[in-house]
Amino acid sequence: MDWRWDFTFEVVLPRIWQAAGVTVWATVVSFLLALVGGLVLMLLKTHRSAWISRPATEFIEVIRATPLLVQIFFLFFLLPEVGITLPPLTTGILALAIYNSTLCAEVYRAGFQAVPSGQWEACVALNMSTYRTYKDVIIPQSLPPIVPALGNYLVAIFKETPLLSFVAVAEIMQVSKLIGSEYYRFTEAITVAGIFFLVMSLVAAFLIRLVDQYVKRSILH
Amino acid sequence: MNRIGIVVALIAFLVGLSVATFAELRVFLPAILRGAVVTVHVATLSIALFLLLSVVAGIGRAYGAAPVRWLSVLYIEVFRGTSLLVILFWMFFVMPEFGLFLSPVAAGVLGIGLNFGAYGAEVVRGALAAVPRGQTEATIALNMSAFRRMTRIVLPQAVAIMIPGLVNLTIELVKATALVSAVTLSDITYAAVQQNQLHFRTVEIFSITLMLYYCLAQFVRFGGAALEDRFSRHRARRA
Repeated sequence: MDWRWDFTFEVVLPRIWQAAGVTVWATVVSFLLALVGGLVLMLLKTHRSAWISRPATEFIEVIRATPLLVQIFFLFFLLPEVGITLPPLTTGILALAIYNSTLCAEVYRAGFQAVPSGQWEACVALNMSTYRTYKDVIIPQSLPPIVPALGNYLVAIFKETPLLSFVAVAEIMQVSKLIGSEYYRFTEAITVAGIFFLVMSLVAAFLIRLVDQYVKRSILH
Repeated sequence: MNRIGIVVALIAFLVGLSVATFAELRVFLPAILRGAVVTVHVATLSIALFLLLSVVAGIGRAYGAAPVRWLSVLYIEVFRGTSLLVILFWMFFVMPEFGLFLSPVAAGVLGIGLNFGAYGAEVVRGALAAVPRGQTEATIALNMSAFRRMTRIVLPQAVAIMIPGLVNLTIELVKATALVSAVTLSDITYAAVQQNQLHFRTVEIFSITLMLYYCLAQFVRFGGAALEDRFSRHRARRA
C-alpha cells in the first residue's frame, strides 16, 4: 500500500471540498421538495374518494418497490425524449425528491394516525375551527414522532446523492472517480470520499438528536 | 391477497406486452433477462451474508463481552454512516491496494452484505430487547445455561419480532443490487441502460426494468409474510 499525503492534500481535498457543495445542495433541495411532495401525496392517499386515493397508494407502492438508480436513469433518458431538457443535476434532484416524497408521505400518515381519535372528538365537542384544531391540537402532537423520522430521511438522502454520479453530476463520488482515472490513484480519493460521508452522517445524526430533543421539550413540556 | 393479484397482473401484462410488440421486445428483452439472472445471483448471496452479519453483530452488541460489543458498535456505526456506493467502489478499487483482489461479484456481495448487515444488526438488537424480561428471569430461575437460554427461549421469540424489519431491509437490499453495475457487473440496470443506448426505446425498456424490480420485491414480501406466519404461531396458539 502506498498512501501519498501530498497528493491527498494538494489534489484530492480541494476538489472534493468543491464537490461537497454540490452534494449538500442536492441533499437540501431534494429534502425540501420531498417534504412538500410527501405532504401532497399523504393528502391524496387519505382522500375520501377512492378514485384519488387508490392511484396515489399504488404510485407510492411502485416508487417504493423499485430502485432509485433505475428511476434516476428513467427520468434522465425519458425527459429529453418528451422535449424537456434539464441539466443532470436538476434531473437527479427531481428523482431524489420523488423517491423520498413517497417515503415522507408514509411518515406523515403514521404521525397523524398516532394522534388518538379522542383528540379529534374533543375538538369537535369544543366547537374548535378546523384551523385551530390542526394548529393547536393535532400538529403539535403529531410532530414528535415525525421529526426524528424525517431527520433520518435527510441523512438517507445525503447517502443517496452518490447515485447522481451515474448521470455525470459532479458531486463527491463523481469527482473522486474522475481524480482516480486522471491520476490513476483511486485509494486516496475514494477513501477521502468515504470518510467525508461517515463524518457528515455522524454530525447530522447528532444535530437531528438535538432538534428532536428541542421539539420534545418545547411541545410536550 | 390483493398484492398477489397485482403481481399476477403485472406478469400477465409483461407477457401480453411481449406478444403485442414481439419484434421490438425480442431485441432487448433477452439482455435484460440475462441481467435479471445476475441480479438474483448477487441478491441471494448478499441476503445470506446480510442475515448472518445482522444476527452476529446484533447479538454481539446486545450480549457480547466488552471488546465484542465495541467491535459490533464500530462495525454498525461505520457501515451505517457511509454510502453504499462509496463502499462498493472502495471494495473494488481500493482493496487491491491492500493486496486483496476481489472479483466483481465478491465486491458487490461483500459491500451490500456489510452495509445492510449494519442496519439489520440494529433490528436484531431491538427485537432481542423487546422479548419480555420475565422470560430471561424465568430461565435463570430454572437454571438454564446461557446458551440454552439464547437458543431455546430468547431467540425464537425475538425472531418473530425481527422478521418484519428484516423483510423490509431485504426488499431494500434487492433494490440496492442496482448499484453493482458500478463494479462492472451487468445486472438488470446495466443491461437496461446499455439496451437503451442501443435502441432508444426508453419507455418500454425502463417500464420493464421497473416492473422486474417490483416483482422481485413482491416475491420477497410474500416470502416474508409466510415466514412471519410460521414464526408467530406461538402467539396465535396462546390467544
